[in-house]
Amino acid sequence: MYDFDFDVIQRSLPYLWKGLQYTATLTLVAMVGGIVIGTLLAMARLSSIKILYWPASIYVNLLRSTPLILVIFWFYFLVPLIAQWITNSPTPVSIGADRSAFITFTIFEAAYYCEIIRAGIQSIPRGQVAAGYALGLTYGQSMRHVILPQAFRNMTPVLLTQTIILFQDTSLVYVLSVTDLLGAASKVAQRDSRLVEMYSFAAVCYFAVSYTLSLTVKRLQKRFAP
Amino acid sequence: MNYNWNWHIFWEPVAAGEGVYWEWLVSGLGWTVATSLLAWVMALALGAVVGVVRTTPVKWAARLGGAYVELFRNIPLLVQMFLWFFVLPEFLPQAVDRWLKQDLPNPEFVTAVVALGFFTSARVAEQVRAGINSLPRGQRMAAQALGLTLPQAYRHVLLPMALRIIIPPLTSEFMNIFKNSSVALTIGLLELTAQARAMNEYTFQGFETFTAATVLYVIVAFTVNRLMAWIEDRSRVPGYIAGGGH
Repeated sequence: MYDFDFDVIQRSLPYLWKGLQYTATLTLVAMVGGIVIGTLLAMARLSSIKILYWPASIYVNLLRSTPLILVIFWFYFLVPLIAQWITNSPTPVSIGADRSAFITFTIFEAAYYCEIIRAGIQSIPRGQVAAGYALGLTYGQSMRHVILPQAFRNMTPVLLTQTIILFQDTSLVYVLSVTDLLGAASKVAQRDSRLVEMYSFAAVCYFAVSYTLSLTVKRLQKRFAP
Repeated sequence: MNYNWNWHIFWEPVAAGEGVYWEWLVSGLGWTVATSLLAWVMALALGAVVGVVRTTPVKWAARLGGAYVELFRNIPLLVQMFLWFFVLPEFLPQAVDRWLKQDLPNPEFVTAVVALGFFTSARVAEQVRAGINSLPRGQRMAAQALGLTLPQAYRHVLLPMALRIIIPPLTSEFMNIFKNSSVALTIGLLELTAQARAMNEYTFQGFETFTAATVLYVIVAFTVNRLMAWIEDRSRVPGYIAGGGH
């Protein structure tokens, strides 16, 4: 039987804690950024203006049919080139895997949040928009004061469920050797040849956070259900 | 941006080894499709069983099914791959462990299928459960009033309707499994994304390489989408709102 070494976990706790902090930061930044950009994309996708509708639709559908790991590679390759172009530097600007991950996840998740928000906006009865216009509100005002507040209230559980998926997906920054929770566990595992302990412990951590969050979502769903 | 475009790169010979670069991508696509299809069959079979069990009146079995779903849903797929690949073999009897490490052909592929299959089965189970629960309660009661046993009620009344209802969400899961199969590159499976990464590292033609890989994934997603739409169309029940009416 395997000789499970709890000591290695205890010794590496401070390092793992730092990894978890990176994971949490990445999740929060990508969530907030993703929801903001996702809202704009959703409005573009619902717009009758073709020049807004088409680019947003292509963008969302393209990202949603591409694996996240491939998108991570795409941005890791692209961002330095774009940064070079913006800053007019003679060579590609290296921004590091840590920061590349933030940009990638925000932009990638925006496509997924967009579709949730779009469904949320569409679930609002048409009469509400008409009523907003009848009161003399502009498009922006009726969105901000009438449609979006109701839509976001309905969507909160689904948005949170997507955020749990996002939290789990951040583990994929492993492919860039970033020290997130899994990255930290993996680095200790390789150094001390303790793969079993470190990966099991990482699994327990992810499970604890995801499961707690999913229970919260369930409770919210019950409260919001009519 | 000064980038050296070279779309001919796919027809250039591989720097180390034989063949040309497009063959790498096609071989990667082959592994992606093989892994995904096998895992999908496994996920459908396991997911249907677990989903059904969760809706039966047998309390302990329903709870066990619930635990199964929570376990596979709340751990990232990448971590699950590592658990299957690095952790589980250590807890098996030595003979099995040795067989896994020495005699099992293509362990990366087998592990990827198993990990992806279990991961997706939990999602399929949730859809199956939701499908069965969405049926009017009268259907179950009517089946029992007719004297059908519980297995018969599922076989002839509940499942034929529920499985049709859940085709759209299953379509998304089917499309997801192809994307998720890319995670297998972390345990060394040379599927499409892994081959694209390798090709980029050899050629530095990131634009061309990643564009080709993206296009291949989009084609796969589109094919799956059309296939499922065809199945949905063929399996429609006359008289339902989505069934064209009769």
